[in-house]
Amino acid sequence: MTAFTPTEMMTVAAARALKNDDVCFVGIGAPSAACNLARLTHAPDITLIYESGTIGTAPDVLPLSIGDGELCDTALTTVSVPEMFRYWLQGGRITVGFLGGAQLDKFGNINTTVVGDYDKPKVRLPGGGGAPEIAVSCGEIFITMKQSLRGFVDKLDFITSLGHGKGGNDRAAHGVTTKGPTRLITDLAIWEPDPETKEFTVTSLHQGVTREQVSATVGWAAKFAAEVGETPVPTAEELEVLRDLHARTKAAHGGGNE
Amino acid sequence: MAKIQTLSEAVAENIKDGDTIAFEGFTHLIPHAAAHEVLRQGRKDLTVIRMTPDIIYDQMIGMGAVKKLVFSFAGNPGVGLLRRLRDAVENQWPRAIEIEEHSHAAMANAYEAGASGLPCAIFRGYRGAELTRVNPNIKFITCPFTGEELAAVPAHRPDVAVIHAQKATKKGDVLIEGITGVQKEAVLAAKRSVVTVEEIVEDFDDVHPNATVLPFWTVTSVVKVPGGAHPSYTQGYYARDNAAYLEWDKISADRETFLEWMREHVMNETPDVFATRVAPLKVQG
Repeated sequence: MTAFTPTEMMTVAAARALKNDDVCFVGIGAPSAACNLARLTHAPDITLIYESGTIGTAPDVLPLSIGDGELCDTALTTVSVPEMFRYWLQGGRITVGFLGGAQLDKFGNINTTVVGDYDKPKVRLPGGGGAPEIAVSCGEIFITMKQSLRGFVDKLDFITSLGHGKGGNDRAAHGVTTKGPTRLITDLAIWEPDPETKEFTVTSLHQGVTREQVSATVGWAAKFAAEVGETPVPTAEELEVLRDLHARTKAAHGGGNE
Repeated sequence: MAKIQTLSEAVAENIKDGDTIAFEGFTHLIPHAAAHEVLRQGRKDLTVIRMTPDIIYDQMIGMGAVKKLVFSFAGNPGVGLLRRLRDAVENQWPRAIEIEEHSHAAMANAYEAGASGLPCAIFRGYRGAELTRVNPNIKFITCPFTGEELAAVPAHRPDVAVIHAQKATKKGDVLIEGITGVQKEAVLAAKRSVVTVEEIVEDFDDVHPNATVLPFWTVTSVVKVPGGAHPSYTQGYYARDNAAYLEWDKISADRETFLEWMREHVMNETPDVFATRVAPLKVQG
């Protein structure tokens, strides 16, 4: 068996969550790698959409930004940004939104706005971009990010985009009818919301990962499902396609884009 | 009626101290050359609107030209945070700036409302999002037909829209191709507009009948500035200068390094330098 890194396991597990008939709104960074890996392996007909307006894009290398020329060159069509957000996102055409984040809580709410107080921030982060509406308008949300105490916090400094709010039926109480976060794929595990509380619960551990490792890298008391599976390791094909994609990307941009 | 002008004339005639200006371009076609001319002419107390205030507003904020920023995503795309913006927000250097923060959907809708002559934009947004707590310009209204609660934000009606495009005709009609962003809406929402272009051509007889074209009578000023979007890109002309975006992270990390770089590469330069900057990035047209 080929050796693989935790990041590769994360990307492969995230890619597998996508289906061939999905229409996916792609966040930049980790989601972008996962979505394109899915397209290049088991989901060749998946429609990838970037918020710059590119619909059905099939980049040969991962974009450095959401508006790289490569995305437009390889898209079925490119629409204006108002049209993207009105007809396609708000119109309910997107089945999955794939997000990353700076800070995440156990209900899948995300902060990419500030660390500290909004008016006197310790760190001014970039802000929400498309996320506040992606989080509520897509049929469901997948989140992928690496586990760390800095990123996985008990209480967010700011709720940039809504996950399951305070848990239970809080999301619906905000007038939101879409499913919200249904899967969280990290470098250690796959988490899914508890059907009742909506708190993220570990349903699958990646090979060789212990419960202690998972618990030590989140800022809350991690919960585990009654039955926790083991995530199938990446296949040789998945690893080869992913590594080729990263190698092409590095050659094109002269830098990484994990 | 569009005037074909030099960049210096276009900025002097259209952009005043205290104006509200939208410099638009969604990763693609960002009007860097025009922004540099605004800095050279010493415009100040500007309210600047932009969905993605990347390097272009980091420079304007760091030079102290900005009083207020209206935006939805402030990052160096693919690289990280904006260090001059952070210094202004976290340490008030070189001056305190006011922030009005929205989501992309809100900004795009606000431009469209401005172009449509409406006072506000209505959309399904901001549900459960905390920006509603800190931005008093986000309100909710009830649909009179269904009772659904919808978000509302004021329309963007900038004094000036500044954009970069592929080409213009001699009359001043403007063609935008590729990722078109919100530029058409920004120009139609604004009182005045300055458009820099890669080239000026006889006519648009050879373009697609549904191409994105702004007629000459919707544009105030057209300026030929080859390379004027650098380090952003112009589809069909030159590629994005990714190395420059990475380099900016270092230049902007230190106040003195930033000021020195701005003196050398912006304040003491002319718009002609942009053509030489994109020469190594040319693509097959």
